[in-house]
Amino acid sequence: MEDLIDVAAARFALVGVPNCGKTALFNALTGSRQKVGNYSGVTVERKIGIARTPGGRKVDVVDLPGTYSLRARSPDEEVTRDVVMGRREGEPVPDLLIAVADATNMRSALRLVLELKAVGRPILLVLNMIDIARWRGIEIDTDVLEQGLGVAVVTATAVRKAGMEALWARIDAMLDAGIALPQPSQWKDPTAGDLRAAQREADRLVALAVRHPAKPDTVTTRIDAVLLHPVAGLVVLLALLFIMFQAVFTWAQPAMDLISAGFDWAGAMTREVVPAGLLQSFVVDGVISGVGSVIVFLPQILILFLFILLLEDLGYMARAAFLMDRIMGGAGLHGRAFIPLLSSFACAIPGIMAARVIDNRRDRLTTILVAPLMTCSARIPVYTLIIGAFIPARTVGGVFSLQGLVMFGLYFAGIVAALGVSFVAKFLFWRKDPTPPFMLDLPDYKMPRLNSIAIGLMTRAKVFLNRAGTTIFSMMVVIWVLATFPRPPAGATEPGIFYSFAAMIGKLIEPLLAPIGFNWQISIALVPGMAAREVAVAALGTVYAIQGGNDEAIGQVLAHQWSLATALSLLAWYIFAPQCASTLAVIKRETGGAKWMWVTFFYMLALAYVASFATYQIAVLLGAG
Amino acid sequence: MRDLTDEAAIRQTIPLGRAAKGFCGCIERIVVGDAPSSLPAHEIERRLIELGFVEGATVQILHEGFFGRDPIAVRVNGATVALRRREAMAIHAF
Repeated sequence: MEDLIDVAAARFALVGVPNCGKTALFNALTGSRQKVGNYSGVTVERKIGIARTPGGRKVDVVDLPGTYSLRARSPDEEVTRDVVMGRREGEPVPDLLIAVADATNMRSALRLVLELKAVGRPILLVLNMIDIARWRGIEIDTDVLEQGLGVAVVTATAVRKAGMEALWARIDAMLDAGIALPQPSQWKDPTAGDLRAAQREADRLVALAVRHPAKPDTVTTRIDAVLLHPVAGLVVLLALLFIMFQAVFTWAQPAMDLISAGFDWAGAMTREVVPAGLLQSFVVDGVISGVGSVIVFLPQILILFLFILLLEDLGYMARAAFLMDRIMGGAGLHGRAFIPLLSSFACAIPGIMAARVIDNRRDRLTTILVAPLMTCSARIPVYTLIIGAFIPARTVGGVFSLQGLVMFGLYFAGIVAALGVSFVAKFLFWRKDPTPPFMLDLPDYKMPRLNSIAIGLMTRAKVFLNRAGTTIFSMMVVIWVLATFPRPPAGATEPGIFYSFAAMIGKLIEPLLAPIGFNWQISIALVPGMAAREVAVAALGTVYAIQGGNDEAIGQVLAHQWSLATALSLLAWYIFAPQCASTLAVIKRETGGAKWMWVTFFYMLALAYVASFATYQIAVLLGAG
Repeated sequence: MRDLTDEAAIRQTIPLGRAAKGFCGCIERIVVGDAPSSLPAHEIERRLIELGFVEGATVQILHEGFFGRDPIAVRVNGATVALRRREAMAIHAF
């Protein structure tokens, strides 16, 4: 048969509007590990999986970013358009477009199908979440839709195995019959008039094929009466954030203790097996303690993402963007920047990547620029060390611990700085640009699925461990080399690091750092700390030659060696300093060039220096020097 | 410019951007004004249509924000959409 494609190598592409459950369908088809979210545009990358049909066939399935049309308003949507149209280099042209629609609300999806028809490829329309539609009493006549649209239509519930049977049967039947070869594309950029006409036609078909219940479902509206209430909504949002941070700090502790004990044990075991010398130093100080100092944050990152994934799947994240839009808008940020900035409390890297959902370049750049100011979990060990050593553990006002208040103040300073910087950036770079619009679909609330949350967390853990295993590992090796070579001369009295490259760099920059109260030991520790903030703690331990190197011992030594002014200055430094090579690398990649990476690096460095200078000088004046 | 029937011309329309919470009506036309925006008027118009704001659709303002009663959450033919009042000025309803 010449006019049919070779079904042995068939490729399907999933296309749909945001929040239609497209990614859930992708997971159900391929069993692939991928994040499922409820926030508009959560699928920011193309994902491929292999589906095995009950009929024993193999099909490649591509998941594409959600889009309302092929007009491609953002880099995300360009991917969708290019893959659908077969314009993307090195990407096979899809043989069948699987258009996904939310069965409870398919107006915009039907309009998209009408637009997709012009591309000239076979289409299968899947009415997803049909269980929810039926439960709400919505009746859909798929025959009417098939006739009206001129494409195959099938219903499905992606999150249940039984809900996929009809779709699998249809796919096998289509593959058995053979999929038609594509026709030449007739698609052109739709005008407002075209969109209007298509939406009218879609609405006409909905009126013909869908019967809505006499009493519409009002659960979402009733929940929103509280969660989107001008006052109560903001209170609930703040309470949620509070619970989230409490959980990050308290729930994670046991797991973190376990991980660091595990790495300590691994280090001790290695010391027994490997003879003392360069190799032992490399394995124990370079590899094990270096990578361990980063992996210890995995529990905190997972708990933070557990909350973010839950809120996304619930449909709350779009509401948070709604509530925060005006507040963030005052500082020149888009409401959609809320989620990327929230993720940045765990780590700026996923936060910066999540900024892809912002379609306006100006808003996206501002978000990326300020994301590293959010207090990421890598700052926590440094803060904990210094606060523990210098801030007395007493209560203020009878309830609040002074140490806790200082910690809160550091977080607060980061947030204020982020808002301030975006406000200034607006005036510096984009004064003449008018504010871009904020338009966002607020999806109906849905119960989060354990399965999709688990898949999302697994993906996060894998990304993080992968990074720890590659980027951070190689950084640790570099740091170890800097701190170890050249070797101390024979008869050296000081610890080895004193004679190393790290010490040379530290002493070189010491005069620059003296006005902000940093001694040369701190200057040395800041050199490896450029790779990742938390490494500075371990480096301080090495510099002060503390055996065993546990944080408590380091704290005791620091309390004797530093003035309070120096300690406060270092805290201020850590709020702002761009001490994370991975973050800078991600900024370079996501903004498509080195320019914004350097902008971020230098503005953060300048802020850090000014803040530390002011803190140190004021503290000295007040007698804390 | 689209021709308006006499009946429509007499009808009192209100831009959704100015309507109060609880307002319930039907869209008469979408006309993007010349208020400064980072997007050209025809692009805003297309985005509004893509979110379901077309002539004849029923709209209801469900919620509004705390500051300046902005943004607003609008129910449009069974879906809920969040947008700022500034963009909602283009949606004329009665």
